[in-house]
Amino acid sequence: MTRTAMGWFTGSLVNAHPLTESARSITFAVPGWTGNAAGQHVDVRLTAPDGYQAVRSYSIASVGAGEEIELAIDRLPDGEVSPFLVDDLELGDRVELRGPLGGWFVWRPDQCKPVQLVAGGSGVVPLLAMMRAHTDSGSLAPMRLLYSIRTPDDAFFRDELLRHSSTSPTTWHYSRAVPPGWSRAAGRLTAEDLRVETLPPEQVPLIYICGPTGFVEAVSSGLVELGHSAENIRTERFGGN
Amino acid sequence: MAVFGGQRHRYDNPSLPPGQFLTDSFPVLSAGPTPSIAADDWEFTIRTETGKTRRWNWAQFMALPSEDITVDIHCVTSWSKLGTGWRGVSLDTLFDGVETGFEFVMAHSYGGYTTNLPLEEVLAGRAWIAHEYDGKKLAPEHGGPARLLIPHLYFWKSAKWVRGLVMQDKNAPGFWERNGYNLHGDPWREERYA
Ligand SMILES: Cc1cc2nc3c(=O)[nH]c(=O)nc-3n(C[C@H](O)[C@H](O)[C@H](O)COP(=O)(O)OP(=O)(O)OC[C@H]3O[C@@H](n4cnc5c(N)ncnc54)[C@H](O)[C@@H]3O)c2cc1C
Repeated sequence: MTRTAMGWFTGSLVNAHPLTESARSITFAVPGWTGNAAGQHVDVRLTAPDGYQAVRSYSIASVGAGEEIELAIDRLPDGEVSPFLVDDLELGDRVELRGPLGGWFVWRPDQCKPVQLVAGGSGVVPLLAMMRAHTDSGSLAPMRLLYSIRTPDDAFFRDELLRHSSTSPTTWHYSRAVPPGWSRAAGRLTAEDLRVETLPPEQVPLIYICGPTGFVEAVSSGLVELGHSAENIRTERFGGN
Repeated sequence: MAVFGGQRHRYDNPSLPPGQFLTDSFPVLSAGPTPSIAADDWEFTIRTETGKTRRWNWAQFMALPSEDITVDIHCVTSWSKLGTGWRGVSLDTLFDGVETGFEFVMAHSYGGYTTNLPLEEVLAGRAWIAHEYDGKKLAPEHGGPARLLIPHLYFWKSAKWVRGLVMQDKNAPGFWERNGYNLHGDPWREERYA
């Protein structure tokens, strides 16, 4: 039994690679895992030698059946758990995982409404899972991503996002520094940016917004002001301000 | 092999339910955008099986006796915050004179959120409609103008932007309870997920 009474699985790290200067993709082999839907998350539990435990939630970047799950973690400099997962965890190391969790912030391939995804920073992780599910299933539902990052170096999964561009294109937005030759100045997403860079309310898209709490607050209220119904907006707040 | 050190709260704290860690911040977790409800448009109702409905507008609600409440709160995503300070109206006050034979309650919020509760657990000084946090008006992202406060259950039960309670015959599930969370949600028994 790899699944305990509390529903914890044991996962061992089988793959890891850097995504940015502060972030890394980590893939665990999890015996007994029965797959997950796009957008769900897991709880990761770490145990210190003296028995002290810490638990944090992480979105699952991978989708579908299979016993491997990919997470993508951004290091918060003063954090307790994220620096360990980004900098210290080595191939073969084990962590405990509980999930898949969450049945709301989920996109399923049988949905046919247009979909607008909006990510801030590491908030792209569950949305990438949705794009992967969208591509894997050959879904014809329109899907697009607006991805806001500080600088060009902060993009998670840039190459993969570009590969999805024929089925689910990404619009890039930079809040602190833009790439050379970029036509717009760096800055926070404004109401006008949202109007120009997302599907209009007339198309009645289902909207998934994920990122730091302040980002999700600003984008979701901006989209409501543009005329989207709150009922069509689903949010995942990662924390912080 | 990497060895996890852990940096915080490395002591056994008897106030901390199993699997919880302490936080000083106040994370925001909601399923959708933060609704903005002006106190002037706010109304709170309790409806029973006969259809009888009690109503309070903001002024009437604020005229009820409020109490200061200091409690620990526990979120299902594993953070706990100890000794948080609130001000609100006890559900005992609001239920005073309400007649019902039903044993369960569905809380409804502005924005469409729902959560189910056993009536017995929201009476006898165990639940409030809170309108202040930390000495200030309750901020919209934390459920303002008013939210349920039911500290002995995981915090998703403390519905933000609450607008009414409807008595129900059976313990029908609310929003998160239909989306993978436990029907009851006692942090001391780790009733997190379905
Ligand atoms: C459903 C869900 C899914 C998540 N998915 C991911 C994911 O895919 N990738 C990922 O990297 N993170 C994700 N997170 C955030 C993650 O759970 C942790 O909060 C984060 O890794 C910080 O943990 P820590 O132990 O390093 O920091 P902590 O020691 O918990 O916190 C350090 C300080 O940083 C603040 N803080 C916490 N979170 C954030 C934040 N997001 N931004 C800014 N400041 C913050 C805290 O308030 C605290 O002051 C997710 C969160 C949720 C709720």
